[in-house]
Formats: sequence, C-alpha cells, structure tokens
Amino acid sequence: MKHEHAKAATQNACKLCNPLGACLAFRGIENCVPFLHGSQGCATYIRRYLISHYKEPIDIASSNFNEETAVFGGSHNLKIGLKNVSDQYKPEVIGVATTCLSETIGDDVPGILREYKKEFKNGSPMPLIIHASTPSYQGSHIDGFHAAVHATVKALAVKGPKQTLINLFPNMVSPADLRHLKEIFTDFAAPVMVLPDYSQTMDGGPWGEYHRIPPGGTPASAIASAASASASIEFGSTIEASKSAAEYLDVMFGIPAYRMPLPIGIKGSDKFFSLLETLTGTKRAEKYEDERRRLVDAYADGHKYVFEKKVIIYGEEDLVIAMTAFLREIGMVPVLCASGGKSGMLKKRIAELVPDMDELGINVRDGVDFVDIEEESKILQPDFLIGNSKGFTMSKKNNIPLLRLGFPIHDRFGGQRMHHLGYRGTLELFDRIVNTVIEQRQNASSIGYTYM
Amino acid sequence: MEANKIIPDPSQVREELIQKYPAKVAKKRAKSIIVNDPETIPEVQANVRTVPGIITQRGCSYAGCKGVVLGPTRDIVNIVHGPIGCSFYAWLTRRNQTKPETLMDANYIPYCFSTDMQEENIVFGGEKKLKIAIQEAYDLFHPKSIAIFSTCPVGLIGDDVHAAAREMKEKFGDCNVFGFSCEGYRGVSQSAGHHIANNGVFKHMVGRNNEVKEGQFKLNLLGEYNIGGDAFEIERIFERVGITLVASFSGNSTVGAIENAHTADLNVILCHRSINYMGDMMETKYGIPWMKVNFVGAESTAKSLRKIGEYFGDEGLKARIEAVIAEEMPKVKAAVAEILPRTKGKTAMLFVGGSRAHHYQDLFSELGMTTVAAGYEFAHRDDYEGRNVLPSIKVDADSKNIEELKIVADPELYNPRKTEAELAELKEKGLEINGYEGMMKQMTKKSLVVDDLSHYESEKLIEIYKPDIFCAGIKEKYVVQKMGIPLKQLHSYDYGGPYTGFEGAVNFYKDIDRMVNNPVWKLIKAPWEKNGKSAGLAASYVTQ
Repeated sequence: MKHEHAKAATQNACKLCNPLGACLAFRGIENCVPFLHGSQGCATYIRRYLISHYKEPIDIASSNFNEETAVFGGSHNLKIGLKNVSDQYKPEVIGVATTCLSETIGDDVPGILREYKKEFKNGSPMPLIIHASTPSYQGSHIDGFHAAVHATVKALAVKGPKQTLINLFPNMVSPADLRHLKEIFTDFAAPVMVLPDYSQTMDGGPWGEYHRIPPGGTPASAIASAASASASIEFGSTIEASKSAAEYLDVMFGIPAYRMPLPIGIKGSDKFFSLLETLTGTKRAEKYEDERRRLVDAYADGHKYVFEKKVIIYGEEDLVIAMTAFLREIGMVPVLCASGGKSGMLKKRIAELVPDMDELGINVRDGVDFVDIEEESKILQPDFLIGNSKGFTMSKKNNIPLLRLGFPIHDRFGGQRMHHLGYRGTLELFDRIVNTVIEQRQNASSIGYTYM
Repeated sequence: MEANKIIPDPSQVREELIQKYPAKVAKKRAKSIIVNDPETIPEVQANVRTVPGIITQRGCSYAGCKGVVLGPTRDIVNIVHGPIGCSFYAWLTRRNQTKPETLMDANYIPYCFSTDMQEENIVFGGEKKLKIAIQEAYDLFHPKSIAIFSTCPVGLIGDDVHAAAREMKEKFGDCNVFGFSCEGYRGVSQSAGHHIANNGVFKHMVGRNNEVKEGQFKLNLLGEYNIGGDAFEIERIFERVGITLVASFSGNSTVGAIENAHTADLNVILCHRSINYMGDMMETKYGIPWMKVNFVGAESTAKSLRKIGEYFGDEGLKARIEAVIAEEMPKVKAAVAEILPRTKGKTAMLFVGGSRAHHYQDLFSELGMTTVAAGYEFAHRDDYEGRNVLPSIKVDADSKNIEELKIVADPELYNPRKTEAELAELKEKGLEINGYEGMMKQMTKKSLVVDDLSHYESEKLIEIYKPDIFCAGIKEKYVVQKMGIPLKQLHSYDYGGPYTGFEGAVNFYKDIDRMVNNPVWKLIKAPWEKNGKSAGLAASYVTQ
C-alpha cells in the first residue's frame, strides 16, 4: 500500500531480525545448540533479547568473525566453532543460521558443512547439522523462524512406514500455548510431532543438576518421522508455500497439509478442533466442550465492556490476522492492523476472515514502524493498543493504554506463560482485554468505583 | 547470622578449572585464570579474541560504540546503518537514563533509527538510502547532531559513511553529522567500539564551543553512563559540595556540554576501560589532567570527593566536602548497621564489564562480604594490573585495526591546568594523576581473577565456591539462578539503582540483602531432589 508518509529510514521498528527467529526455533529441538555464523555480537544481542522475554537462559554459539574472516571468508571459523560446540556441549543437533555478515560475503555454508563432515568423519561426536539461510537484510524474525523449521524438516525428515502421527507446526507461539496444544493432542489420543517445541527449554524449572543444554524440545528422531506422518497442521496465514514445512512434506512425501490461521477465538478454535476430530476420528473430550461453553459465557458477560471499542493491533502478520478475526468476534473494531512484516498477503488474509472490513473502517498496513502506527493513531483515535512491549513509548506519549501481546514482552512479567490459542487461551486473552477496558474506566473516573 | 565460609584453595581451583582442557587450550586459559597477589600482581591475559564456538558473554564493536558510549547523549540522533536487528537490539536496552531540563528540550533516546538495509542495498550499496535517512532525521527534528553507526555488512560492501556524513553536514550547515566505522567484526569485543567512539567524539564534538562557563571547580565526569540514575546521584553530590559539572561522558549528557568539555579543569574517570582514551587525548590536546575515581560505595565516594578537593586545593571546597560527607554518612551507617548482621561473612563473585567487577567490590566489602573471584568481560591488562603495564602490552592484529589518533597540543587552547611541580606535589599527597592501579591491587591475596570467564568455568566456580551471590548480566542471570544462586545484574541493575554515591549505596545494601537472604532459594530443590548429584562437566575446546 502506497502511503504518503512513506519514508526511507525505519524509525522505531516493528520487527526484529531474521536470525533471531531461527535461534528460537532451533531451541525447540531436543539437545540442539543454535549457532550463528557471523559476529559474536549477533549471538550476544539475540540471546539478550530472547532472555529478556522468556526469562530463561539461552546459549547461542557463534563463529566469532574478525576482520580477517570478514575479508577471506568464514570457513575456518565455522569449522572450529562447530568442533568446539560439539566437544563442549555434546549436542545431538546444531542449528546453524547465517547472519548479514556471512551472507554478504557469500559464504557457501552447505559446502563448508560438507567439508567439515569429511574432515571430522571419524571424530566424535558428530551431531546432525541443520543450516538455515537467514540474512538479516531480508524479511524479519518470523521469516527466520519459518526458515529454521523448514530447514530442520528438510534435513531430518526421512521416508518411513506410515504412522498414526500428526505433525504440528505451531508458528511462533508462547511456551504456554505449546503445552496447551500438546495437552489437546494427548486428549485426542493422537501422537503429535510439534516443531518447534520450546515449551520446556524456554520456560522450565530449576535444575537439580547442571545441564549443558536445557531439557526439552522435540527429538531429532521424532522429526525424522515427520515424513511418515498421516497429516500436517500448520498455523499461519502468510507462510509462502516454498517456505512452509507442511507444504514441503506434502510435496515430497505426500503428507496432506492442513494450513490454517492461528486458532484464536471461537471460530478459529472450532476450526482447529473440528480438524482434529476429522483427522483422528475421535470426538473432542468433554472438557473442551466445557471450555468452549465457558468462553461463550464469558463473551456474553463481558461483551458490553468491549463492544465497539477501537483498537490498534500490531505484531507478526500471522498473529495480527488471527487476532483481527477474534477482535471482530467480540465486537471490537481493529481500526488498524499493522505489521513490520511484509509478506504482501496481510490485507488479503484479513479480508478472507473479515469480509466486511472496509465497511467497518479496518485499515491494514504492512511494513510499518511505530512512527507510522503513531501517525495513524492520531487520526484513528483508538481506545487502546494491542501488541508487544515496543509500543510502550507511543502508548505513554499519547496516553493510550497498551495490552501486551506477542514478542517481545520485556517490561512485564510472564510473557512466556500467556495463553492465546484454543478456547482456553482465548478466554485468558478475553479476560485481559476486558480488564484493560475496566481498568482504564476505573482510573479515569473522578468518583471512582470498586465493583462492576 | 552465618559463620565465615571456608574459601577453597585458589591454586587447586585453578588446576581444576584447567585440567579438563586439552593441553593447548589449558595453556591458553591458564594465562587468564590467575591467583591474585596484590603485592606482586601477576600478569593476566586479557583482551584476546574468544575462540569460535565458545559461548562468550562479550558483545561487539557496534554495541560498545553506539550502545554504551554514544547512546546516553540525549540530543544526538543516532542512525544505525545496516539491517534492522542491530538498531532494534540497542533500542532502550541499556538503562541509561536522561533528564531533559524542560519538556521542550530534545531527547531522542526513545527513538530507534535504522536504514533497515534490504537485499538491494547490500547488492547496489546503501549510501543513497543512508543519505535519505539522514535527511529525514534532519527534517523531522533539526537536531544539533546526527551520528551514523556502521554495522557488519557496511564495511564489506564499501559504503563510505564518513563521506556521506561530510556531505550532509555541509549541506545542512547547522547540524554536525559524523560517522563511526564500528562494524561488529572489528576488534575483540565491545571494547573496540569504546575506543572507536572515543576517537569520534573527540574528533567531531569536543572543542567546538570555547565559551568558558561560570564555576570555580569545573570538571568532566568520564565513563559514567547513568544506568539506573547513577549520574543523577553524583550530580546531586557535586551540587551540594559546589563542584560544577561541565560535561558527562556520557550519562545524562547533551551535545552542547560535550562540545564545551575542554573548558573544564579536571577529568574524573569512573569506567577506565571505556573512556581512558578520552582522558589521555584531552590531556595531550588541552592540558586537562585526569584522575581515576570511584563513586560506587559510600566510602569510595567520600574518598573520591576528598581526592577532587585535594586536586583543586581549595580549603572552602574541602570543608564543604567534609560537611557533606558528615551529613550523608549517618544514613549509610544506619543502613549498614541494620543489614550487615545478615550479610557478613557471605561471599560474592563478580564477572562483569570493564570496571564494574572492580568498583562493586567496595559495596560488598561495606556489607562485610568477601569477593572470592572476579573478572572482566572485555577489559584489558591495565584494568587488572594497573596502567604501569601499558608499555608491556603486546599490540596484536585486533588492536592494530583500531585507529590510534595522533594528538598534539592545541596551539591556542593547550593550557596545562597544573604545573609539573604542582602535579608532583599532588602525587606526594597520594593523588594519582593520569593513573589507575587496576582491580588486582585491591583484591585480597589468593582471590581468583579470571578474564572472559567461559560458561564452563562459571558453572565450575559456582559448584566449587557456592557463592552467596553472583554478579553478571542478563545472559548469565537465569542459568545461575536455576542452580539456586541469586544473580545480581550489574549492567541493568535488575531494574534497580542508582547505586552510586551515598543514597545509591543504601539502595544497593537493601537490594543485596533482599537477594541473598530471600527464602525463595530454599525452595529451589524439592524434598525428593535433595540428593541430586552434579553431572560431570566437560571442557574440551579447540583453539584456532
């Protein structure tokens, strides 16, 4: 969309860089060490950023480029780095993601990896090495996330006898959501391969003993069987077919791919549960019917607070799309759906879920930063904002409340434990939205009130 | 109250740390793991490149330049030339605070400007986009200064940020535009970026405004970045004793103040590592001596103030300093009296920064706590052993790549603030001018000093010493706490602070008390887990 305020520089970005997403995704593989091929600063910054959201340690190795490496190529450093990570951490998998530096100099990473495997043929241990190309000058963190998932499946999935197994590619959701999704599959008695699964590695307990790599994650052996599953479910609305792990398995191994938006809201969750019922031939457990009933009950009780409230939603495109559908379901008007991402599909996908978007005055903008969003907000006058912590500056400046959602949340506690998906996640989200409105009204009231 | 802990024999600890390494690595690490002796001060290997694949806590040149040194000056618009990540990751992540005098005064710290380089910029060059970005920033704010920071790909694709800066500066006429070649791959750590930043700030900012402002005792505060409001507390004390702060490098600072810094009569240095270059350059060009001080710790603050009083040699100033110390100390003493019974005899480890691992030992000792091991993340030998080792530091390929400015005395502005005789006299009185004794002189005999502590070594040290508190940053925080040891962040202060001066000391005592005596640590292990044995740690690295 051409905009009259279009500018060359990005001010207050609404996206992070490609390798960050890859590191997070690699953290969802059991016994895996993420490895960045580039300067050590990238690993340090990305660790720092992921840790501030998840409040969990995350080790990311690096090939520590110096000036010489930058000029003559990173092959030597990459090999030494891989050897050291192998010796020190004894990982089963190393997930190598590139950076703008190694991509700019054009390092042939697959070639270097082939050489490495040859050179250390008899060396032990020899972990599985996955390579995802994640130049920071393309796309954003979510592209790196999907690139790592895609590369992992491509590297590890091997054809085998058909199994009763469903692959789930859940997108960049919270550890709490991942746990909830696994519980749903357990209740359907359906074996599932979730990739990535950082539900424990990025939200775990204290350690009785020291761990080189935190426990948790999907084992490489389970990922191998992705090619013999009976179906794949992928949450996401803007993942290009060529970058979709589910699509890859469909094309290469004939595993039917069911791609759907993130299941947020009643309709979204209904779609997900119906799909599971179809795929497993099992009816959903009574407890999910209860959860749905409680959610409907809450909508009925809470609609008066939120109905027709205007909101700006921002974040990764897939999250924004699913949230927009949900916000419409509860009668709110997302006057602006914004993302720093730029798949080119944002508006189209929203229109599919909210056909009357134009009549409702829903604006959609991709490739934006917070300055763009702030300019829009001056015209649109939203009641509040929904998105990550980086919206705080504009929230404070313009006195618009901010409901924190997505990544990164580093100015509130517990971002990693928030639910968004299914009836249960939607209910939690709904409670938070209603309370945001009530809190604002309570604070703004000169006489004050203490009950609703 | 806890009895004094038995401290393990450090020589044995050192052996244990090294023994699992292959011979070559053991030899390398042995030079960075040292048993201290304040009398003889053994050599510590520092500022050497981290081996690839060893997970280091170190950052990059860009982080040191943009994030640390330039970031805290509120009225420079900082444009990061590169892909989006670098700018995003340095966006308000350090807790450097700033207080514009009025609501109308410029403050660009909450902004994050980036050229957000895309593939076509990498292929066809990004200079054009950079110039448009500079123009946009200028049109939007009309700032006094715009600084440009190069990230990794910029140097490789051959964008000339300095030429772009010169061109735009000339075009605007009323805006000082300058660039930094602080690509992430330059140098060993963020320390390289500090040096690059010092050079740029000195070259492009210091000395642009010769107006001599009022004030009898004028100084600059160097290497204080106002994390958690530290500079505010120091400013408060300066004001009370009648010291005029001309410029701060760079916490709570402005372009105007830095441009005027050369009119001060003394530079006091807090973080020696990140800013000592500036002290030296200002000495050579303008004749302003520098002095190492420490405002972390109540006793150290008092000592530093007295040193400043002695430097200016004014009886009135000295008397005011004594009066202020006398007024401020009772609340500090009262806090210590209340807290010390709960902290006495406990142990701390500090692995952080290029000066904090030294300074914070003062606060712990005020709480009766022993620092059993300490080390820096990105310091050089002089920060450990003192500046007298400077001539013997070997210049390696990494440091050679960082420009050393050739500074000469300014023909008009050079004005030695003290004569040779006066300096000698001050030295006699125990005032070390242009000098720093380093961390090890202050640490006890047989404490352990480790540079660029590796992950493996930190786990091992925790296992052996079982310290009551570990001080580092957010990257170490959650792994240390998983093992049941509280970790105090000394980069961001865990959202606390200020910790400088008298009020800061009291804040710190309270925060440490809350952490080391918190009942939560007793809950870490479930009753059925109490017999858990520690898994063997491995350490077998390959060096280059």
